[in-house]
Amino acid sequence: MAKVTVDGIEVEVPNGVSVLQACEAAGKEIPRFCYHERLSVAGNCRMCLVEVEKAPKPIASCAYPVADGMKVFTDSPMVRNGRRGVMEFLLINHPLDCPICDQGGECDLQDQAMAYGLDHSRYKEEKRAVKDKYLGPLVKPIMTRCIQCTRCVRFATEVAGVPELGATNRGENMEITTYVEKALTTELSGNLIDICPVGALTSRPYAFVSRPWELRKTDSIDVVDAVGTNIRIDARAGEVLRMLPRTNDDVNEEWMADRGRFSFDGLKRRRLDRPWLRKDGRLQPVSWGEAFAAVAARMKGVPGERIGAVAGPLADAEAIVALRDLMGALGSRNLECRTDGAAIDASRRDFYTFNTGIAGIEEADALLIIGSNPRTEAPVLNARIRKRVVAGHFPIGLVGPRGLDLTYGHDWLGEGGITLRSLAEGNHRFNEVLRAAKKPMLILGRGALARADGQAVLAAAWKIAAENNMLQADWHGFNLLHLFGGEVAALDLGFTGGSAEGLDVLWLLGAEPKRIPDGAFVIYQGHHGEAAAGRADVILPGAAYTEKDATWVNTEGRVQRGRLAVYPPGEAREDWKILRAVSELLGKRLPYDDLDAVRARLAEVNPVFAGAGFAPHGCADVAGPAGDPAAVADAPFVPALANYWQADVISRASPTMAECAKVYGAPAARLAAE
Amino acid sequence: MSVPATPEGFEQPESFAFDADSQAAIETIVKRYPPGKQASAVIPLLYVVQRQMKRQTGSAWVPNKGMDAVAERLGMPPIRVYEVATFYFMFNMKPIGKFHLQVCGTTPCWLRGSDDVTRACKDAGHVPGFGQTSADGLFTMTEVECLGGCVNAPILQVDDDYYEDMDYESTVKLIEALKRGERPAPGSVIGRQASAPVGGPLALTDVPGE
Repeated sequence: MAKVTVDGIEVEVPNGVSVLQACEAAGKEIPRFCYHERLSVAGNCRMCLVEVEKAPKPIASCAYPVADGMKVFTDSPMVRNGRRGVMEFLLINHPLDCPICDQGGECDLQDQAMAYGLDHSRYKEEKRAVKDKYLGPLVKPIMTRCIQCTRCVRFATEVAGVPELGATNRGENMEITTYVEKALTTELSGNLIDICPVGALTSRPYAFVSRPWELRKTDSIDVVDAVGTNIRIDARAGEVLRMLPRTNDDVNEEWMADRGRFSFDGLKRRRLDRPWLRKDGRLQPVSWGEAFAAVAARMKGVPGERIGAVAGPLADAEAIVALRDLMGALGSRNLECRTDGAAIDASRRDFYTFNTGIAGIEEADALLIIGSNPRTEAPVLNARIRKRVVAGHFPIGLVGPRGLDLTYGHDWLGEGGITLRSLAEGNHRFNEVLRAAKKPMLILGRGALARADGQAVLAAAWKIAAENNMLQADWHGFNLLHLFGGEVAALDLGFTGGSAEGLDVLWLLGAEPKRIPDGAFVIYQGHHGEAAAGRADVILPGAAYTEKDATWVNTEGRVQRGRLAVYPPGEAREDWKILRAVSELLGKRLPYDDLDAVRARLAEVNPVFAGAGFAPHGCADVAGPAGDPAAVADAPFVPALANYWQADVISRASPTMAECAKVYGAPAARLAAE
Repeated sequence: MSVPATPEGFEQPESFAFDADSQAAIETIVKRYPPGKQASAVIPLLYVVQRQMKRQTGSAWVPNKGMDAVAERLGMPPIRVYEVATFYFMFNMKPIGKFHLQVCGTTPCWLRGSDDVTRACKDAGHVPGFGQTSADGLFTMTEVECLGGCVNAPILQVDDDYYEDMDYESTVKLIEALKRGERPAPGSVIGRQASAPVGGPLALTDVPGE
């Protein structure tokens, strides 16, 4: 520990931290452009100058290590003068086009120019202009505004793992570019917009849309992948205009995946915004009353065992528990949430969650990936794996498609069942690596379970975990990686079991089952309709994740709450309220009238809903899920998401995602092209 | 106004592969660096590309595919090679003339008459200006920073060769010779030995006892 005095405040900080960090520990804010906590130190903007006693010149605090007894001054005349000089130089080539810049109002340069900028420019010569680059359909570069902090270059290289950005030429001609015209091949490109301290990299879909002070900000959770990224929804006049990540070191740090960030324009398109009823073979718009009456009339007298319910991948816990209770009241046990056919064993929670935890990846020292491509299935989680890889000594084995670009190197072990069986028997060369590790972990892709021998795959994966030191009293290395935000909640609420055959009435909560029994009366409740809605007899318009106060469980089993940012469009309503209303007409009134009561019911069904969050845990019981590990078929594992950009109903309705799909193509096609 | 990061207005070759000469050179160069530090060889390898282009096309420049080949050979991302190649003005990012006239314009050369050398290049080589190529495709003239030969200023570097102690007449003569396909011996054009004083030794001329 080193004792440092910052402006007379004494703080004790670990040896080796920078002066800037010591100043922050003392509560002093240091202006900066190039420095970013999660990136390497570049030290090229010079904005963080401070004065250190006995040092002849101001020093760049971000790149200067502390020493014991150091006396730092952050607001002396030398510091202020130095920063003013730096600001003047930064503004020499900056266009000062704030009135037409999308960063205006949330721009670091603008803010700091208020503190250190001159009221006029002494620079009378011509400013430079830089040709704009093309970085893909999501990031809009206006490179004349660039102050060359190189945060984007470091982000792309270090975090995203796609070293495609660089600084070419030099001096006045230096430019940030990909050099050869191409879209950045990363699922994390939206973060470039966040880390750019000026308006050089802005959001293309959000261009010229609004000013930050016009937006109403709502904290919520991203559900289009299973990471449970903490987000902020910015809305104006009942319309979601953009989404930004919130910092949560346990989940997403401060990153967000592109599909989560940009697919929300799908929420304004192809919406189910009023009830529909099939009359004379055609779906026709009706009132809520008429739709409810039709449902009640049809369901009257149908025995419970001939009624079934399916929950989709984006359903919230409140809706699921309401549907579960309604089915229970009607005497039905035919519940299903695994529409992809994944053979998930819901009998124990650690059979279907990411037990290590996302932050836990950083503690692991060996990783086996089975039938998953974390880069597309959970880009933010993949960034965490990459972070661990960069830290060093992290062997990774992959059972899955050959030549997958995960943004980090890995050892390709094999394509499918043969390799998995060998690993389960313990005679594969990678078993040695796992056995030598202290905290090994494995990631099992949900896609690997969605095949005929899924149960055997699950059992084999568990056997590998159990026999390779992954299940310890204080370490749980078995992880199932889900794909969407509503999947774990349904499993937590026991939305499984029963039969899908011989059903007269089928209630679909945003679900697209593989097969719908002929002649069944189908009620589709959701916000976007695809094939299943087209088949439905009644459509009840529900709310999307931005439009309701809802509980979500991410792949770790972390319970998080999203908040209503905008109201559902048209006549759409929050899903649990729809179910509550139907229950009354069916004469099986659900015993909750407000959100608190529903949440109390959630906690009653499964105590995990009582508290929010996730607790790291070990494995108390190494007994595995049912299934015969030796029965794994030879077939190769295929990635669960054929098309990252259009993997869910919302993104399939989104023009931005359609553009991305066009530019980037399916990952498989891209791989072949490279 | 700045130059665009990616030069335009000419065609990039569709492919680039190291020929046998280059392969041999690369072998020796890469061996100089310890294992795992092969990326250090990026600058010498870019020279290899530039020389190969000179051999093959008569114009010493580095095409994009050439940089990609270097990146692949050294196992580094292509953008890292682009960064290096565009940083150093010794690498030509677009095709140049058969002879590269590099006039040093830094202070000592300028004081000793580099402006005359520039004028001579324009007159004799018919080059319109810095960074441009003559209509016959023979000469490209560039202004370069200090070439480190200040004692023999002004310097005109033609491709890899230094011609020293230049003035208007000697520059014209040199260019005419190049046009004829001759290659005058590099070094001082006024005949002094290396950087020795002009007109013979001035100090230690009276060694006692001789």
